[in-house]
Amino acid sequence: MKALCWEGVNKLSVENVPDPELHNDQDMIVRLIAGTTCGSDLHLIGGYIPAMRAGDIIGHEFLGEVVETGPGVRRHAVGDRVVVCSFVGCGRCWYCANDLWSLCDNTNTNPGIAQAMFGYETAGIFGYSHAMGGLRGSHAEYVRVPFADYGAFPVPEGIDDTSALFCSDSVPTGWMGADLAGVKPGDVVAVWGCGAVGQMAARAALLLGAERVISIDRIPERLAMTERYIGSETIDYTAVDVAAELRERTGGRGPDVCIEAVGMEAHSDGPAHLYDQAKQQLRLQTDRPTAVRQAIHACRKGGTVFILGVFAGAVDKFPLGAVINKGLTVRGAQMHGQRYIPMLLERMAAGQLKTAHLATHTVPLEQAPQAYDMFKHKTDGCVRAVIRPAP
Amino acid sequence: MRKRAWWILPMAGAAAIGVHRARSGPSGDDRAHDRWLTVTVNRPAEEVRPGGRLPTPLRAFDERIEVDVRPAPGDRGTELAVRLKQPPGGARTSLPGRLAGQDPRQDLRLALRETKALLEAGEVLHPDTPPTSRETPGGRLVGLLVRRSGGEGVL
Repeated sequence: MKALCWEGVNKLSVENVPDPELHNDQDMIVRLIAGTTCGSDLHLIGGYIPAMRAGDIIGHEFLGEVVETGPGVRRHAVGDRVVVCSFVGCGRCWYCANDLWSLCDNTNTNPGIAQAMFGYETAGIFGYSHAMGGLRGSHAEYVRVPFADYGAFPVPEGIDDTSALFCSDSVPTGWMGADLAGVKPGDVVAVWGCGAVGQMAARAALLLGAERVISIDRIPERLAMTERYIGSETIDYTAVDVAAELRERTGGRGPDVCIEAVGMEAHSDGPAHLYDQAKQQLRLQTDRPTAVRQAIHACRKGGTVFILGVFAGAVDKFPLGAVINKGLTVRGAQMHGQRYIPMLLERMAAGQLKTAHLATHTVPLEQAPQAYDMFKHKTDGCVRAVIRPAP
Repeated sequence: MRKRAWWILPMAGAAAIGVHRARSGPSGDDRAHDRWLTVTVNRPAEEVRPGGRLPTPLRAFDERIEVDVRPAPGDRGTELAVRLKQPPGGARTSLPGRLAGQDPRQDLRLALRETKALLEAGEVLHPDTPPTSRETPGGRLVGLLVRRSGGEGVL
């Protein structure tokens, strides 16, 4: 079959690779209908996430049709249209049983690597390095889905492929940020980043009752899209002082909840960006935490900062003093998708969540390298490129 | 340094740190080779050691290990701890020895992890095969880490 493979830093190519096989009773094989680029893939492609091997298939956000099931699969049958959570959970360890699915104890086949990096391993994730389990990614014609009864969800008939696709990762990630940050009626919420996850976090905050949601980015078409489809206010950080603007819009208090949906390759137009880039390129820090710093400084006293963006290692100039002295709650997580996906599909079917606008481009698998290049450089108004193996 | 190869350094560093931590823990820990290897299994104690028998992956160690089973606090299941009756030492537990897979604690860690997975999830998740990756210098390093990963870590 054809698959999109990581061939080295900033090198992707479509290769012929062996088809996936069932290896466990609870596995199933899914024929890809659609997958999408994700900002976290850019960290892999750029070499910021370690433990990749040339030839590894990338991709983790996808929707497909079941073509084969193992004898232990009970909830799915051949022909089902399913959206698959990007994180793999066994469903029965303490973490899965407590809805902390991205922390599953039993799905990272290389636990020693992540334990060296983080102290304890995370769950496995499709196509996201050998540190995160080494599972094949989804930008391929077929993908093996372990523990399928727990990670794959039937898509209701009324939801089209492109809309449902984003329930695999970006919608539950955004929802989790607002949910676990404790957004409640009356809150003012600021969201850094107007990519797919940031937009979904903003939408979730509104649906959870936030009084005002303010989204922050620099790309004009993303800001316009967020205003139009999500319904939040926006700030172009290249045009105004974000902290001053937030103070002014919140009666001097600052946002109650600040959600960071940018990640380790954050951009800014200040001198801090040059500083962070220099340190990252010299490997004196692994991640650029520009938006995290800004969120911590902007947050009101006693407020909550939730870090949704992907970070891999260590950062510099983390404002710990602000966290302590302002009494902030700082929280982060990879997404516990299984906890939210059924509810999100229901909301989608009810018209409360719209995602089709995120798919600004659709390409066949053969053009996936070019799609990632466009996505990375945000050219042609690209927010997400949907990759269809069989257009 | 060429950009494509830079990440080998942090990878190698992380690997060395990880292996070192797993080997000796904090400096001065003279119990490093004798510590219990422990997991918490999200099942009741009677399922973890039914009738006093060891679960399958640990049965191969039989008389060579000590086993301790007790309820975990806060309804978290059962703590399962094992250690070798004869703690290994010498070259087998050195960094080169561990990279060569010669430390018997590596096999015990793997068996403990597999026991937990079998008890909780009913199966041990196998990696995707055949691999789609090719051999490169960096890839060989990752491959070595992957081969040792199940037997290393903080258990």
